[in-house]
Amino acid sequence: MALSGIQIYKLLPQTNCKDCGYPTCLAFAMKLAAKQAELSSCPHVSEEAKAQLSEAAEPPIRLVTLQADGHEIKVGNETVLFRHEKKFFNKPGLFIRVRDTDPAEDIRAQVAAADSYRVNYVGMALSLDGFAVEATSGDPGAFASAISAVRAASARPLILISRDPAVMAAGLRAIDGESPLICGADAANWQAMAELARQHNAPLAVLGNSLDELAELTEKIKETGVKDLVLDHGARSLGAALIRQTQIRRLALKQNFRPLGFPIIAFAGNDAPGGQAVMAAQAIAKYAGFVVLDSFAPETVYPLLVLRENIYTDPQKPIQVQPALYEINNPSPEDPVLVTTNFSITYFSVANEVESSGLPAWLLVTDAEGMSVLTAWAAGKFDAERIAKAVKGFNVADKVSRKRLVLPGHVAVLSGELEEELPGWEIRVGPREAVDLPAFMKQAL
Amino acid sequence: MPVDIPKDKWPGAVRTITLGATPAEGGTRARTVTVGGEKALPYMHFEAEMPYRPVIALEIKDRRPDDWSPLLLEEWGEAASDPASWAKAAEAAGADLLVLALSLTGADGQPTTPAAAVAAAKAVLAASGLPLIVFGPGQAEADNTLLLAVAEATKGERLALGICEDKNYRTIVAAALANDHLVTARTPMDVNLAKQLNILISDMGLPLDRILMDPTTGALGYGIEYGYSVMERLRLAALQGDAMTQFPMIVTPGFEAWKAKEAKVGQGVPAEWGNWRERAITWETLTAVTLLESGADIVVLRHPESVRRVRAAIDDLMTAPVTA
Ligand code: B12
Ligand code: SF4
Repeated sequence: MALSGIQIYKLLPQTNCKDCGYPTCLAFAMKLAAKQAELSSCPHVSEEAKAQLSEAAEPPIRLVTLQADGHEIKVGNETVLFRHEKKFFNKPGLFIRVRDTDPAEDIRAQVAAADSYRVNYVGMALSLDGFAVEATSGDPGAFASAISAVRAASARPLILISRDPAVMAAGLRAIDGESPLICGADAANWQAMAELARQHNAPLAVLGNSLDELAELTEKIKETGVKDLVLDHGARSLGAALIRQTQIRRLALKQNFRPLGFPIIAFAGNDAPGGQAVMAAQAIAKYAGFVVLDSFAPETVYPLLVLRENIYTDPQKPIQVQPALYEINNPSPEDPVLVTTNFSITYFSVANEVESSGLPAWLLVTDAEGMSVLTAWAAGKFDAERIAKAVKGFNVADKVSRKRLVLPGHVAVLSGELEEELPGWEIRVGPREAVDLPAFMKQAL
Repeated sequence: MPVDIPKDKWPGAVRTITLGATPAEGGTRARTVTVGGEKALPYMHFEAEMPYRPVIALEIKDRRPDDWSPLLLEEWGEAASDPASWAKAAEAAGADLLVLALSLTGADGQPTTPAAAVAAAKAVLAASGLPLIVFGPGQAEADNTLLLAVAEATKGERLALGICEDKNYRTIVAAALANDHLVTARTPMDVNLAKQLNILISDMGLPLDRILMDPTTGALGYGIEYGYSVMERLRLAALQGDAMTQFPMIVTPGFEAWKAKEAKVGQGVPAEWGNWRERAITWETLTAVTLLESGADIVVLRHPESVRRVRAAIDDLMTAPVTA
């Protein structure tokens, strides 16, 4: 949490010597608080005050970055409890777990499938972030070869899971030079694990079965110089995980409680109540930084990737597309003009339907300030006047020989007015849902 | 290191509302359902006991629907052709209560008559002892005539009648008032609109323990984030003491999710969407669970497997250790 000007002033020499270029220490402190000045401008500030000020300038939830071969995932650095207060910033990483007791071919196949998985949602290509390899066998050699098998099939960031420092060391050697998330340290092994994290310059997950234990461990580990920590609160059921994650987030944000000011790692097991997707969905909405799924299946991962986009959109800015006249399947001047709004979800529902049907059409996207058809209509941002303006603005009449315009079924009421606004145009009312557009285009147009 | 866990202390609480009436209470229901009463954010048991668990309603129709996903019709089979059989099947599938959603027209394409609506409601009440919510077809005039007839024919049952919207609440509220029913008040994802409608309804004299509010939601991928945040804001307002937001919330993730292409159809969709049935159920389940965690008290679902999963989630959320 940022310090106020007065709090900063108390840490300054208070001599008003003006060497910083400001008339008083207080004036300088105010500029610092407003982030309009640099602390280094004061040559007299003590080392101790410097340390305190730089600690205070750190975000309440540390930003932790996991990298590998061009892939990067940043988590933490969140500032609010509820997305409507501002927004959630760093999307949690979604990882798929494999176990070193699984046969190597299975690991390779599962990882290759998950690694290449890419799905389109409103024009964005969504994918998974990496893999978590778990040393279920307890055997260093088996762990190392499982990690090598994963690495052979994917270049994405890794999480290594073992509580045995010897096993972890073997795993780290298998990908020498990399800095995976080490998962992790507990009350028994933390010194050895912290040493491994230091050697490999890797972030370290810390497991505590109560918040007391967790806070105590992170404080001890920080003293060893390892700063990139991730919290595993140990709760594996839905209800307990929700409570712990909420408590951690509140402590970090509302009380600036440093020992728990780190991103959270959540595990969504296949045996979670309601299934792993439910557990992962909760983790996405409720404060996790890393989410580890037990297995990969497109029908589970796709909904989760979409949920993550939804929860992390900026509540003040709907995702939009550029208003324009779009061409779908190379339309000719004979083909119909379909009208819609520039809300991304709306645009892509319509564009995807028409595109996959193979039928050519012009898609006129009006500027409805990023709202859906009915929302924009209700808000007065999608009416006959605006549609007519778009028809003229994008010179639609020059592109088509047959002046036919299809309205979304939900705004059939606009057709009369639109006929008046656009003399010479044939106004047709399409179906309500985009799914029914191809059939309508085939039969009715 | 002992951590001092901060606890929110809220001045307000959500009202407690009971749906359905047993014979002793003037109805015919085998049991009633009580929701609300929250004094903290959802499932924060370490701050305040959550006296009533959120409940799951299954949506059934007065006749075989024309526009439901084939997955749903296949799942319910013949039961979906008859409201009484459907009600029984829904109860067997684990619903806590039922939503009977009236169709605008009968199978013959003619407008649903008040007599037909009453017959369907009566058949459902006879077939199942669960409390019942009845939704009109969603067109002002039809809603008014059908719901009025149903309300009169089921006096004393403490049904919830919906959907009251700003332009169409008077007749429905009057019908509820005269016949000892409840209403559901729906507004399009806006805290102030929700408050306003609740004020209008309570101004008509309907007791406050007979109002449920439906803040409207979108499905996963289709606007869920708006519904999610409005529900969080409404619940925060309720806990902060704003009386006109202190109503239990009902939402319809089943209706919304099954409208989405991801759930509705299995053909002509990208291969990356994976197995249709599992994807559809996950779509509905995730929409529902996400909304439960933002404060929903009643979720209305459509698929029995979603009911099973959402129930497992609620069970676990409700039994989380108080000191977790
Ligand atoms: C999310 C949402 C919002 C969000 C905005 C999201 C956005 N960026 O648009 C928020 C919360 C901001 C909002 C606000 C309002 N909303 Co609003 N909102 C919704 C909600 C829940 C979903 C809308 C949505 O995203 N749908 C998904 C998109 C993809 O649908 P779509 O654009 O219609 O596109 C589909 C079809 O139309 C068709 N289609 C699209 N283009 C074309 C083109 C052709 C040619 C064809 C054939 C088909 C076609 O294909 C698509 C898929 O099938 C709906 C209720 C619901 N569940 O539907 C209410 C709803 C649209 N809102 C409504 C209202 C009244 C409002 C407000 C006016 C309320 C208020 N006073 O505050 C405001 C207006 C905005 C403002 N003043 O700022 C009402 C509209 C009522 C009506 N019939 O007039 C609705 C229906 C809710 C209700 N039942 O009352 N809303
Ligand atoms: S240089 Fe430092 S001590 Fe001097 S006035 Fe500025 S802040 Fe104060």
